[in-house]
Amino acid sequence: LDRPTGNSVTINEVSEHTLEIITDSGEGAQKCAQIFGQTCAKMGNGVWTVEIIPAEIEPPHHTVTSTSGNIIRFGTHKITNWGDQSKLAIAFNDQVCLSRHRLGSFKDNCIILQESAWENHDDPNIRKMYAEAMQEMSSKNYRFIQVPIEEETLKIVDNPQLGKNMFALGLLAEIYQRDLAIIEKQIAHMFKKKPAKVTELNIELVKSGIAWARANLDFRFHVETIPPTDVRVVMNGNQAAALGAIAAGMEMCAMYPITPATSVSHELASIIENYGGIVHQAEDEIAAAGVALGASYGGKVALTVTSGPGMALKTEFLGLAIMTEIPLVVLDVQRGGPSTGLPTKVEQSDLLSAIYGQHGDAPRVVIAPRSIEECFHAMVTARRIAETFRCVVIVLTDANLATGVQQFTKPEFDVRWQQAPIDFSPVPEGLRPYDWDPQTGLSRRFVPGTPGGAHTVTGLAHDQFSNVSYHPESNELGCKMRSRKLAVFQSTLEPPEIHGDPEGDMLVVGWGSTQGAIEEAVDRARAGGLRVSTCQLTFMSPLEPGLKKIFSRFRKVMTVEINYSDTLGDPYITEETRRYGQLAWMLRAHTLVDVDCWTSCPGQPLRPNDIYNSIIAKSESGAPK
Amino acid sequence: MSSIPISLLDLEEHDACGLGAEDYQKKEGKWCAGCGDFGVLNAVKRLLAKHQIRPEKMAFISGIGCSSRFPHYVNAYGFHGIHGRALPIATGLKLARPDLDVFVVTGDGDCTSIGAGHWIHATRYNANMTVLLLDNNIYGLTKNQTSPTTPQGHPSNTSPRGSQLPALDPLQATLGVSNASFVAQTADWVPAHLYATIEAAYTHPGFSFVRVLQRCPKFTPDVFSANVKNPDLTELLVHEKGVNAPGLEKLFKATRVHDPKDLDGARTLAQRKDMLRLGVFFCDDSFPVYDEVRAVPPVTPEEKIQRLEKEFDRYAV
Repeated sequence: LDRPTGNSVTINEVSEHTLEIITDSGEGAQKCAQIFGQTCAKMGNGVWTVEIIPAEIEPPHHTVTSTSGNIIRFGTHKITNWGDQSKLAIAFNDQVCLSRHRLGSFKDNCIILQESAWENHDDPNIRKMYAEAMQEMSSKNYRFIQVPIEEETLKIVDNPQLGKNMFALGLLAEIYQRDLAIIEKQIAHMFKKKPAKVTELNIELVKSGIAWARANLDFRFHVETIPPTDVRVVMNGNQAAALGAIAAGMEMCAMYPITPATSVSHELASIIENYGGIVHQAEDEIAAAGVALGASYGGKVALTVTSGPGMALKTEFLGLAIMTEIPLVVLDVQRGGPSTGLPTKVEQSDLLSAIYGQHGDAPRVVIAPRSIEECFHAMVTARRIAETFRCVVIVLTDANLATGVQQFTKPEFDVRWQQAPIDFSPVPEGLRPYDWDPQTGLSRRFVPGTPGGAHTVTGLAHDQFSNVSYHPESNELGCKMRSRKLAVFQSTLEPPEIHGDPEGDMLVVGWGSTQGAIEEAVDRARAGGLRVSTCQLTFMSPLEPGLKKIFSRFRKVMTVEINYSDTLGDPYITEETRRYGQLAWMLRAHTLVDVDCWTSCPGQPLRPNDIYNSIIAKSESGAPK
Repeated sequence: MSSIPISLLDLEEHDACGLGAEDYQKKEGKWCAGCGDFGVLNAVKRLLAKHQIRPEKMAFISGIGCSSRFPHYVNAYGFHGIHGRALPIATGLKLARPDLDVFVVTGDGDCTSIGAGHWIHATRYNANMTVLLLDNNIYGLTKNQTSPTTPQGHPSNTSPRGSQLPALDPLQATLGVSNASFVAQTADWVPAHLYATIEAAYTHPGFSFVRVLQRCPKFTPDVFSANVKNPDLTELLVHEKGVNAPGLEKLFKATRVHDPKDLDGARTLAQRKDMLRLGVFFCDDSFPVYDEVRAVPPVTPEEKIQRLEKEFDRYAV
């Protein structure tokens, strides 16, 4: 690599950096970020990228609502979350920049490379907007650097909309000392279906960005890289879940479009037919569950993919699957609620409805992957549990995992991850459709096609012959056996691992996607001398064993969650009226420990720094007995 | 209730699986005496015997309602699901298991009210299944509430002064859906026609929709009494490609030659309320069948792993 020379350039050694590329939608920020992130990953850095998505498809340009882009956090070591505020940004206009400022996305002293075309634009309205935006942002100590992004791009292409992103990539390549050969390869790969000229022009644009940065910028950041020794892949959580479904051998995904889950089906739709399966886009969420259940009834453990509002609609079908003991896997990519809520934003507020949202007693398994890599493996696990226990398995991911991009070691696939062949051997005389093992509640499923097994499954209460039965003992037995399966499954689980010491002043308990941010915050608190540990739950129903014992070794237990809870001291909020975070409710009931919580529902992933501050605040407020 | 006395057809019985009509009855139907559902069950049993379908090679899917108890009484795999949602289950099953014969038994509340969305779309999917709408113009199981097909003016517990709106016509609705491929109407009081219609539906490759006009002995015993008493008020649609049952033309003076491929004619006839019409309104086996167009070649687990390895190359860093 060519290192900048001369006294005028400062090279800042950093272990990690967070930056963002913010543009109007349609200006190619995603492509720029994707190549930059892949280049970092290939060089050996840990990377986490997050998309900034406008709510509308084509919002009016050059406004605060049109912001589209990416946040990229990369470092020498593994990166597990989006981190705290950004330290550098490239903004294609003042309004998108302002929108990020208003969200508090930039750290004080953030370096902002801003398109220079607006300050002295011919249109007085644009000049005015620019001036007002700059005035508003002057409350922070940002370092603005004017960059003639469009002007430089126009030297190479006629339409700057299709080139500014690559010029920006060049700026980043120089600022962060990225390997140009890798960038060129990534560009060639991205545009391999386009004429060679497209690749050449894009590379030329990158080089012009590099040249401009070399000539004009007085700083660089150097993030040490450790070349990887294993084969890695990089993807978002929805892609990982889709590939997990394939690896699990699922041959039916029935779905209805819903943000932020839909891209799982996009990924599947493009490849699943090469794996003997299909994606069925149903007429509604209910039908999607029904088609999946019908396919599963026919012997193909099927998947339906949805988000909160869709879960609400599927509820009755989940009850039917549970009652008839037909395996079904449901992927719920959580978003903000209630109602339409925050469709594109993250929240962890489907936990209680996923576990308990049903009339009648309807035990089901709920698992919450903690990382993008776990989104892949969770599908394999879910399929297997569903099939083994003839039950419904709900996989709870969220918008943070769905759109976050991270690299992980390429899995070593195993054919045993796929569904075992259906047992079509004739049903022995006397064996009943619900011949529950009295210990475990498990029974053989007679899939249509099995000689001697013809029976009618029903959502009505039924006896072991699957006959409709309103007999008191029969109903009690059915409830008991369906519940027993969960206890049996729980007996196969290990207690959660503790990150930190096994005892101390505070245990922070999280679940699902918040693992990276919580552990980072806890590490920071421990480095500051606090006796804090954390454990991150992934099996939510049934809960992992040993929790009460683990909790007993800490003076205080607190959940950290992305959902709503009341704050003591707010009007009317007392110990009696206080509503807790969802996991906190569960853990209080489950362990009878006075579990506290710190939750937040800003529609954004939690930031390590906010969690850290909550740990400090809760530590100071004293620990209950 | 009165019924036109026509003996059921003499059916040839094959010995492929050695089961006779009565062998397909798993248990006694628990409907009210005089319920039309018994007649449909009899016709279905005879169909299964005639075609010698092995019990494990077929599935009867239903929703909720009196008619949805049907699967419990048939010696076959059955799925008695939730209200209005038999069709999605049947669609999923057929996609996963095209080797199975799939029957759906649904009622007027189940299909045309709570399940109306699925009805439209299942019609359009045109997956290969036989759908029997047992339409007695009333909610029976929940005890006498107005359904979409209840005749205007007919009183019920939810419309004590009579249903306010004209009844929804399932034939018109189904014939209005793109890719509808088989639409027929028959009646519980004409067993020979009932049987022949269900058989025509069963042999049609695609989504075969049969509306069976029925009377509920408790709540709508008289809805078709005029037609039951006087066959002249009923017109039989006849065609070489339609339903043909010997003896029927002697009974029904009014017959009309109607080519089932004539969709415009079918829609016109469905719309006319001058007479009750029984027969195949529409049948076209050239339309895309969902389980066929979505069929993909099977892939072994080993092949899947090999392909997955390559798939991950797209994501390699």
